Amino acid sequence: MASVSHLFHLEIGVRIMSENIKVEEYILSMENITKIYSNGFIANKSVNFKVRKGEIHALIGENGAGKSTLMKVLFGQEQPDSGEIFYKGKKTNITNPLVALHMGIGMVHQHFMLVPSLTVAENMVLGVEPGKYGMFSYKEAVKLTNDISKKYNLPIDAEAKIMDLPVGFKQRVEILKILLRGVDVLILDEPTAVLTPQETDELFKQLKVLKEKGYTIIFISHKLHEIKKLCDNLTVLRNGRVTGTAKVSDLTEQEISKMMVGRDVFLTIKKDVAQPKETVLSVKNLSWVDKHGKRVVNNLSFSVRAGEILGIAGVEGNGQRELTNLIARLEENQIGEILLYGKSIAKQSIREIREQKISHISEDRMTFGTVYEATIEENIISDRFYKKEFNKNYLMDAKKIKNHVNELIKEYNVRTDSKDLPIRTLSGGNMQKVVVAREFSSDPKLVIANQPTRGIDVGASEFIRKKLVTLRDQGAAVLLVSADLNEVIEVSDSIVVMCDGSIVAYLKDAKRVTEEQLGEYMLGIKKQSDEELREVVHD
Amino acid sequence: MDVIFKSIFSTVFFYTILRVATPLIFVSMAALIVRKGGIMCIAFEGMMLFAALGGVIGSALTQNLFVGLLLGTIFGVTIAMIFAYFVLVLQSNNVLTGLALNILGSGGTVFLLFALTGEKGTSSSLRSLQVPHWNIPIIKDIPILGEIISGHNLFTYLAFLTVILVYILVYKTRLGLRIRSVGENPQAAESVGIKVIRTKVISLLIGGLIASFGGMYMSMGYLPFFTRDMMSGRGFIGIAAQNLGGGIPLNTMLSAMLFGSAEAVSNVFQSLRLPSEFVQMLPYIVTIVGLISIGGVKKESKSKIKRIKEIKESTHE
Ligand SMILES: Nc1ncnc2c1ncn2[C@@H]1O[C@H](COP(=O)(O)OP(=O)(O)OP(=O)(O)O)[C@@H](O)[C@H]1O
Ligand SMILES: [Mg+2]
Repeated sequence: MASVSHLFHLEIGVRIMSENIKVEEYILSMENITKIYSNGFIANKSVNFKVRKGEIHALIGENGAGKSTLMKVLFGQEQPDSGEIFYKGKKTNITNPLVALHMGIGMVHQHFMLVPSLTVAENMVLGVEPGKYGMFSYKEAVKLTNDISKKYNLPIDAEAKIMDLPVGFKQRVEILKILLRGVDVLILDEPTAVLTPQETDELFKQLKVLKEKGYTIIFISHKLHEIKKLCDNLTVLRNGRVTGTAKVSDLTEQEISKMMVGRDVFLTIKKDVAQPKETVLSVKNLSWVDKHGKRVVNNLSFSVRAGEILGIAGVEGNGQRELTNLIARLEENQIGEILLYGKSIAKQSIREIREQKISHISEDRMTFGTVYEATIEENIISDRFYKKEFNKNYLMDAKKIKNHVNELIKEYNVRTDSKDLPIRTLSGGNMQKVVVAREFSSDPKLVIANQPTRGIDVGASEFIRKKLVTLRDQGAAVLLVSADLNEVIEVSDSIVVMCDGSIVAYLKDAKRVTEEQLGEYMLGIKKQSDEELREVVHD
Repeated sequence: MDVIFKSIFSTVFFYTILRVATPLIFVSMAALIVRKGGIMCIAFEGMMLFAALGGVIGSALTQNLFVGLLLGTIFGVTIAMIFAYFVLVLQSNNVLTGLALNILGSGGTVFLLFALTGEKGTSSSLRSLQVPHWNIPIIKDIPILGEIISGHNLFTYLAFLTVILVYILVYKTRLGLRIRSVGENPQAAESVGIKVIRTKVISLLIGGLIASFGGMYMSMGYLPFFTRDMMSGRGFIGIAAQNLGGGIPLNTMLSAMLFGSAEAVSNVFQSLRLPSEFVQMLPYIVTIVGLISIGGVKKESKSKIKRIKEIKESTHE
């Protein structure tokens, strides 16, 4: 461990890097960058960040460490309060994204920067539209899109509307978009957070091709195995400071996570054998049709019992989201039945369902999980503000609410200066923590968790996974949907696999399941018999 | 009853529809552009009133129609730019700003009028000019059709031309694409280097220009003079038409014409000596009904409804 701890020291880290590399080899160097947001929050404290030409450089750190902020500074979206940026040996002043793009720096943001109602081609060329005399040549845009997509072997339907595309393709549009602008440095801020394992593999192949072609890539991710697989060097941020920089091949995943969090993180979870009791949720012959007439959920039947965690594995976009949305009543018009304690939810309002102690973590925190402009406090009490315990006479009990919210912020380690800040000022992972805090703290009897650890750092993920197990031990039924196979296998007691809207496998003992096994079912290569599948219905 | 039918199914009636729909088409197009830029602006009444007065003053003082039109446009666009400055630069509340500018339009025009002529009601003492009418060659001689579409004020033709131009602007030009992107996802537009505020200001500028034409039509075509509060809600009806038309230029124009028809009907009824309060309500009732009906209809696609039926049938078997 001694070899790791010395890496915490910046001086040593820099010395390691500069021993046998000449300074000119850095295509990019950010020196003493300090960024203070208008509310006084110091997101970067004299950060030094250097990247060599042609490498894939990982930027890692806990939620709120300041990774996105540093990259926004580099991309000209935020102005640093002090510090200098050198690009290709020259000192530069990046005042806005256009300057960055002109210089050859492009960024794919953590949350998509696409206009949903426009087509792929229109989004691709936005800002550099082809056409003469102020006219916009759509044909030319389509052609440009097709050319660039062929050149980099990233197929895309140029005339599809963004809102009709699955996330993997939106990601692809984002990457193509900056390639079209002829950049040399690509910043990818958590590009894999919304991708399936297959899409991630695909993306990595493409990134490696780009690297061979001489592109420099800055890669942000919370998934350590991805860093190991893809990156050459890494820089760690913690609380706005650089705590180390090193060669990826010199470190194990365990060591990297320790660098990030400052303590040992357990990547596996200890838990006792489940003691399932009565059925809480049962789903019978459930189907659902989307607006294009596609049968996205196809005749599902399963049940979840108190005291067990049922995992749903599957490539994203195989009906999981629609399933959880139907159970949470965010989607309507299903065919078939959803029963809560034996009673159909079809006629119940969302509040009635929540009153029966159902929690729902939506995979889409921006649309369903949070009110973007509201404060952290408002977001947390949004499901409980009307309850007796938070009201005194006819008014809300501000003091009690304040204490409650502050406790949760502390317990869930939400990094913020105050509960009264709009939730949009939080980093992506910290927003997710607010959602989780709200949903886990309502003493739930059924937890529907769709991608609960998306965008969350290793330390906090460990916390959330443990919490799921604790809730189970307290007698809650848990339905866990995750594209992270490791998470499904680690946390669940039993697993169903969804493919094309149907359940194709029920694996009673998650402990004896391997990722390969799941993979075969997920991709539809194998399918269990109807008898085997019937066992997931417990009544 | 007979009289009503006769007057509604006459060529004069359809001619009237085009005549009264003209300002509505202008404002609705202005509202459309501004809305595409993601701005909620209700200041069109103010812009139109100032433009209407500006046109009258300019043409009366110089006896030059072109100068009149220019001054009217400057007046209207100025209001639009004041709105832009307050809302986009100083970040003030858009509804309050819009409201304030409408009140300014109502009071400010009367003030200007009084300062210039000593009158508070109309500008009839000013010898202002009017935009000419146009008898379209050949078409004017076609029976019925000629009577309906020929012989209108030039502004009326310009209104329909504007619809086409707005369509081209929004969907076929670089600027239009940028306006749409800025209106829908400003962060995304910004991330590719589009200047969000500037683009929004441009959309307001264009909107102000188009709304000004609507205003000047009122005082230099529809009527030959300016009267106080002569827009009587047309700025708002234009916004309603834009909503009813779902932000699509052609549908927006048709909605504006629907509201125009309601106004034409109310004109007919007025001449029939029905209670004028009731009759004057008509255009606004149509507007409200129109808005409720689009709000009420939840759009489930046909293919979805069909599919659900199929599945239900197959599971029953
Ligand atoms: N516009 C803003 N105003 C105020 N504070 C902000 C703003 N944007 C971010 N912050 C704060 O700055 C800190 C760093 O945020 P940043 O988004 O850079 O984190 P991050 O490292 O990318 O985290 P994550 O892994 O969760 O995405 C956070 O604590 C966040 O609350
Ligand atoms: Mg981030």
